[in-house]
Amino acid sequence: MSEYILCLILFCIGLYCVLRKRNIIKIVIGLGIIEYAVNLFFVLIGYRMHGRAPILAKDQQILNMVDPIPQALVLTSIVIGLAVTALIVAIAIRLYEKYGTFDITKINRLKG
Amino acid sequence: MKILPFFVIIPLGTAFLISLLGKKIKSLGDILANLGTLILLALSLYSIRLVDAHKILVYKVGGWIPPIGICMVLDGLSSFMLVTVNLVSFLVALYSISYMEKYTGKYKFYTLFMLMLAGMNGIIISGDLFNLFVFLEIASISSYALVAFGTEAEELEASFKYAVMGSVASGFILLGIALLYSYTSTLNMADISLVLSEKGSSLLVSFIAVLFLMGFGLKAALVPFHAWLADAHPSAPASISAMLSGVLIKVLGVYAIMRLFFNVIGISNTILSILMFLGAISMLAGVILALAQWDFKRLLAYHSISQIGYIVLGIGLGTPLGILGGLFHLFNHSIFKSLLFLNSGAVDYSLGTRDLREMGGLKERMPVTANTNLIASMSIAGIPPFNGFWSKLIIILACLQANRFGYALCAIVGSILTLASFMKVQKYAFFGKLNERWKDVKEVPLAMRLSMIILAMICIIGGILLLPIFRPFLQSAVDVLLLGKGYAGIVFGAIQ
Repeated sequence: MSEYILCLILFCIGLYCVLRKRNIIKIVIGLGIIEYAVNLFFVLIGYRMHGRAPILAKDQQILNMVDPIPQALVLTSIVIGLAVTALIVAIAIRLYEKYGTFDITKINRLKG
Repeated sequence: MKILPFFVIIPLGTAFLISLLGKKIKSLGDILANLGTLILLALSLYSIRLVDAHKILVYKVGGWIPPIGICMVLDGLSSFMLVTVNLVSFLVALYSISYMEKYTGKYKFYTLFMLMLAGMNGIIISGDLFNLFVFLEIASISSYALVAFGTEAEELEASFKYAVMGSVASGFILLGIALLYSYTSTLNMADISLVLSEKGSSLLVSFIAVLFLMGFGLKAALVPFHAWLADAHPSAPASISAMLSGVLIKVLGVYAIMRLFFNVIGISNTILSILMFLGAISMLAGVILALAQWDFKRLLAYHSISQIGYIVLGIGLGTPLGILGGLFHLFNHSIFKSLLFLNSGAVDYSLGTRDLREMGGLKERMPVTANTNLIASMSIAGIPPFNGFWSKLIIILACLQANRFGYALCAIVGSILTLASFMKVQKYAFFGKLNERWKDVKEVPLAMRLSMIILAMICIIGGILLLPIFRPFLQSAVDVLLLGKGYAGIVFGAIQ
């Protein structure tokens, strides 16, 4: 149980980072933390104590195996996260070129 | 039976081809994007007949039997959404032929556009919860990139805000999916629904519902989560604003909420009253914020928040009439809001400004834009006999029928304020004396005019969807939502 709660705390740290930090790079890192927290949580769901990989081979009996579906899903989710992070970092670089600052409170031409 | 995967294959394939060959062959993007969206439109219109005949179609991906394998499901609601999305996207692709000339890298635009379309079509026909998430991310990521397409300072800023908010929303959605998987040990939406009925409700299911409501509510820009929309939608190129406001927020937000809450988790009175409340707040807050705007596109973006409020209010009523009104308004809003954004793009194309105070008397110089804009304004304000009138009338009647007089009053007030705000647009932009600066402006090119005229025609005749001949189109979508958790039984019935 405690590992689930730790995951949730990690999620909240990421959320805090996105909401409170002013530097846009730190915000991107916060997004990364949120994503890792969710991925970690997903993998933990499929974990069994002393379980092994669910690969069926000849003359072997598997008694206790981990759930493979969350692992497959998390792989997909990590790739998606990579795409989002790459895109946001690219936007952050272009923002720095235009505004000359990483401070989100100074990047405020859109109002109203 | 076999047409289902093509809703994803065609846009993905064209996106691939355009990105590969678009740089060498200049007109390839125009041709492939228009051809692809036209085929998709034809397929989605054909899907209405299929749904009429078979009720529901299930495609098993790779031949694996659900719930082990992934499946795609086409039912009344999917078919309704597919027609809406592909109709708008075809007309927007047509419009983009001329409009996107002023940007460089047109083939990149078409690649992202088709990827976004693939994501949206995928969400609509997916029968698997995780697949829905993957398609949602495809659509979201390409829309972040499209908002920043001009790479000016404001566009990048808007895109950054949108991307951060969108990623947080995706985090909530994925957390919800993880919890739901841990509770039910399956990802197939029909199977989840079955397992949840057997296990009964618990505190965890309510928590999942809240996570989904936050995540998809942020994608739909319901009011506490609306802050990104007013920046992101005006900053995109006009044809993309039309797609974002017209269909993206509805597919990513409203459709996902409808499907998950009505068919998978199961609707309860608490969720319905939350939806109604959020809808009513969005309706009023959006339109009040819109009143003070002078930027043409920003004003339209705030109206999107307000109109999404109408849709959610109608669906949140939960009565057959309310759902009918909500879905009909969803269709109508996607037509007239895309038309309005295309009009704003046309004005921007000819004049180079979006500030209403600098315009004036454009009716003389740009008659097609002015007249189609007049039609769209009257539709959104709910003036008979345009399509917006009928759907708003149904929503208000449904509120009265359900004894929700307060919400009915909110809807009427919202409608009046919408009318006021669009009278301002008409007065400053199109009527009055011609501003000297714009003596020589020309009407926009043929492709742009054609797409605006077609959308305006649909606005005028949209009300006929309520006539008995066309009624099955809307009614089959309403039936799916009214069926509630019976959805699971029908999906499994179709597999055997």
